[in-house]
Amino acid sequence: MHLSADDWSAIRLTLELASIVTVLLLIIGTPIAWWLARSQSRLRGVVGAIVSLPIVLPPTVLGFYLLVMMGPEGVVGRLTEAIGLGRLPFTFPGLVVASILYSLPFVVQPVQNAFMAMGDRPLEVAATLRASPLRAFFTVALPLARPGFVTAAILGFAHTVGEFGVVLMIGGNIPDKTRVISMQIYNHVEAMEYGQAHGLAALLLGFSFLVLLALYTVGGARSTLGAGR
Amino acid sequence: MSGLCVACRLPLADFVLDTDLTLPGRGVTALFGPSGSGKTTLLRCVAGLARAAGRVQINGECWQDDARRIFLPTHQRALGYVFQEASLFAHLSVRANLEFGLKRIPAAERKVGWDAALALLGIGHLLERGTESLSGGERQRVAIARALLTSPRLLLMDEPLAALDAKRKQEILPYLERLHDELAIPVLYVSHSPDEVARLADHLVLLEQGRVLACGPTRDLLTRLDLPLALDEDAAVRIDATVLSHDDAYHLTCLGFAGGHIQVTRKPLAVGAKAHIKIQARDVSIALAGDNRSSIVNRLPARILGFGDAAHPAQCLVRLEVGGAPLLARITRLSRDQLGLVEGMSVVAQIKSVALLG
Repeated sequence: MHLSADDWSAIRLTLELASIVTVLLLIIGTPIAWWLARSQSRLRGVVGAIVSLPIVLPPTVLGFYLLVMMGPEGVVGRLTEAIGLGRLPFTFPGLVVASILYSLPFVVQPVQNAFMAMGDRPLEVAATLRASPLRAFFTVALPLARPGFVTAAILGFAHTVGEFGVVLMIGGNIPDKTRVISMQIYNHVEAMEYGQAHGLAALLLGFSFLVLLALYTVGGARSTLGAGR
Repeated sequence: MSGLCVACRLPLADFVLDTDLTLPGRGVTALFGPSGSGKTTLLRCVAGLARAAGRVQINGECWQDDARRIFLPTHQRALGYVFQEASLFAHLSVRANLEFGLKRIPAAERKVGWDAALALLGIGHLLERGTESLSGGERQRVAIARALLTSPRLLLMDEPLAALDAKRKQEILPYLERLHDELAIPVLYVSHSPDEVARLADHLVLLEQGRVLACGPTRDLLTRLDLPLALDEDAAVRIDATVLSHDDAYHLTCLGFAGGHIQVTRKPLAVGAKAHIKIQARDVSIALAGDNRSSIVNRLPARILGFGDAAHPAQCLVRLEVGGAPLLARITRLSRDQLGLVEGMSVVAQIKSVALLG
């Protein structure tokens, strides 16, 4: 199996994208998961549904609307141009933003489940031991939800590595900038380079299997997919 | 102002919790009542875990006063809370659990020392263990020590023994009694077990459907025939006694109390030591004065104060006074009528069995 320089570039770009997206998702997804797990608000259902949309939505639909919104006529596009960031479509930052939305439910849901399984009691106990809500969150809630975070990180990373439709719509196929592994496989197939496509495809297949193997065997994450702990 | 003031009003699913209590600022006060009478909710209101309308004041310190718009969040109240089920943090060792609250207390405000708490609850050997490997009784002891280490001004205990089997209960009770004897921290203790109440509580609040039926010293309330406490199968009185002497020949220990002497099987207690004893109504029978022969050792002259209903219609409860100390006897209605027992009559109370409470 021989990988070309372009293939390696795609692999590097994909890992970079998935790593950045996973870190940002854990930071953004945790407060959302916390709110969804604990809020009594009526908006809970609406927000939960919006966060979960990417699970059922065809990636092309998500990509299309992102393209429109981030384009020169879109709300986000005007904003990014006004504050000097330029336009996001067909850039690596644009890909990061799109991937965050695309993988959001895969990070929010395991964390939300872990918070819900934990219940109120540990936080009440922490309060009776003089811990402020913020301190209780960091010293009790986060450590107790750890299995949920492990699952969330693995799923968020893997799901970002595997995305194709969204990248196609807003990232294009620019070498070293937005050409990720899945795009590169598509290019090889288009060019009838089945051997090359095979190399990368097998790599993704192996990676996906190892990720799931890790989820189902290591650290009790199996139940996190369903129940949270 | 010393004492605990707990005025709470909170609508619940089936009734309104409505209390206006003033309780002594020391000793153990039991909140007693059937399941679902609002005991735990009341405790949660005191802790600030539930929010009722009203006022909570603890020995001069105001935790809540709606009139002055004061409501301290739980973490700013100097309280200790022991939950019904063990509530140790699963991600921390026993030591880290104990340190969790302690490290937030400034050194100057620490009144309960580390060694003292470990010794009091007998958990020194468990420090490096994970919480998963502890027995139910051990977990609850660690939870109590963890609460004590925050040097609370008030200790709240929500049926700390309810989740334990009878054997574990017996394992923990002595520790709770030591707590009571050795620490000057007032305790609010939720329970629906008359046995625990008789053993631990100095003061009693009787709750039903969110309302206070009665409130007063345990000794008085336990013998009040108009309260549901006496109806219980385990109706009993608690008597504070002193060890007077030991009889080596018959292996007996003689205890003295307001109403006279009581002999119990020999106990390893020093002469002069205090002893709390419990006498159950079912272990007390009544004889007419005059006939002195009986196999029962403890026969005390008593006066009948009144009669009340027992759980079974064949029986009745007799409230007796023995030299100023109250005593309950459960006898059949048949005996009452055959002996011609009436209020004010002098009789002999025969006590078949006495339980030493430590």
